[in-house]
Amino acid sequence: MSAEPVLKLDGLGVRYGPVSAVRGLSLEVGAGEIVGLIGPNGAGKSTTLHAIMGAIPSETGDIRHAGVSIRGRDPDAVARAGIALVPEGRRIFGELTVEENLRLGLAGRRTRSGADAALASVYELFPIVHEFRSRHAGALSGGQQQQLAIGRALAAEPDLLLLDEPSLGLAPKIVDVVFDALAEIRRRGITVLLVEQRAQRTVAFADRTYVLASGELRLTLAPADAGDTDSMVAAYLS
Amino acid sequence: MSAIVASGLTEFLGNAIEPQVQVDAVGQGAIFALMAVGIGLVFGVLRLVNFAYGQLVMAGAFALALASEWDWPVWAGIVLCFAVVLVLSIAMERLVFRPLRTQSPAVMLVATFAVAFLLQSIALLWFGSLGKTAASLAYLNRPVTVADVDIRKITIVAIVVAVISLAALVTLLTRTTVGLQMRAAAMDFRTARLLGVRANRVIGAAVLASGVLAAIVAVMLTVQSPLVTPNYALRETIVVLAGVVLGGMNRLGSATLGGFAIGYGSGLLGGALPTAQSQYLTSLLFGLVILVLLIRPAGLFTRGPLPVERV
Repeated sequence: MSAEPVLKLDGLGVRYGPVSAVRGLSLEVGAGEIVGLIGPNGAGKSTTLHAIMGAIPSETGDIRHAGVSIRGRDPDAVARAGIALVPEGRRIFGELTVEENLRLGLAGRRTRSGADAALASVYELFPIVHEFRSRHAGALSGGQQQQLAIGRALAAEPDLLLLDEPSLGLAPKIVDVVFDALAEIRRRGITVLLVEQRAQRTVAFADRTYVLASGELRLTLAPADAGDTDSMVAAYLS
Repeated sequence: MSAIVASGLTEFLGNAIEPQVQVDAVGQGAIFALMAVGIGLVFGVLRLVNFAYGQLVMAGAFALALASEWDWPVWAGIVLCFAVVLVLSIAMERLVFRPLRTQSPAVMLVATFAVAFLLQSIALLWFGSLGKTAASLAYLNRPVTVADVDIRKITIVAIVVAVISLAALVTLLTRTTVGLQMRAAAMDFRTARLLGVRANRVIGAAVLASGVLAAIVAVMLTVQSPLVTPNYALRETIVVLAGVVLGGMNRLGSATLGGFAIGYGSGLLGGALPTAQSQYLTSLLFGLVILVLLIRPAGLFTRGPLPVERV
């Protein structure tokens, strides 16, 4: 295994015109880790994920994947380098079938062989996706679509999975399903950077959680800090 | 006055239901449907209305005319036509569409206007305003009699070729990886790219497929209208663009139906209007397009509201 972290952000800065969305953000995600990224709305969490994917240009700093700079690459090249994003709002293709959505995820694979095994692995993790594989994805419930979106990202067999608020808009029972899936993904050794609004649950679940506010890193929390709401609130309001 | 209108209408309707007119109209609709698919494919992935599509057809038609002038066998002329159209399609994509892909739709539209007039001007310089004749497939204009109806062979060929081409395209879109990626890109290109779908590959495939259809259209149009001039296929392109908008631009199926509908309507009006009134055909056609769009602005064959908001 490489000694380099799977992901390293070094002084990342992103602007939307005159507005600075992310400022001097530095963080690392090691192999096999689940790292949380929490913060209030507008903190720059989703912007950070999109900058990593190359969907938004970064103004300053560097983005390194397994020691290689990926800053300035196109999103499709970043995906094919082994980074998969589960976007906020799921962004599934409602008019395509569930299986076609999964097959689109194969576009990010780095090898030609083993596509069927990758799909089988997704079906094993999400049996509901297998059951509804012939249906139009738009006909699935929100929770099922979220499972499909995560499965689609996993079909690429990435070494880094970025998740942007996977529990957003889901019923508590379905949120449990999503977090159970993340636990299984952890067991499979996939590295995860998880952006979430459910702060306490994320801190307790992740190996390490960064708190972002106004585009800057304010605090780093360990799972044991999940009950320390005072520090979290102070960081959110800072 | 009302008696004259009633008499004209009766004559028009009488002509319109003639089997001969109906078959010709379906043949015209088939060719226009292929043009609509070609335009719709590129619009799907690039959100670009390629106004230069007609000039691709024109270039293919000139290739056929040159092959005819050089006494090349028919197959060689068709191969030359495909080669010219595909090379031009790839060049257009590499030199214009790709560098301008991130620009606004208005910039890209103006660029396609520029390409259209550039190609037209080159044709004018090379071949002159009188043009050339593509006569090697003229025998397809001869009729065959089917159930007491004289049908030109090209009408049958156009319908069969259109059905085969559309079936091949559906197979490409539904049974291949690149086809799946093209469909996804047409729905949400940003998300498709985030999944690793190569933008250049998908756009290149759409432009190539569109070029193949332009070459097929060039072959069939030169049978119907063998005199190839620099503004060849320009009117057809404008009519088909209207048809694509009429059907609904955001879906390939609705755009195709729109192209067929306007081709069929054009063929029907052309065949059924009394000779003295045939000069009103274009005005009547576009009048009908405006009327339909006033009633169904999102398109005749789409469901739901317009996807774009403007103030």
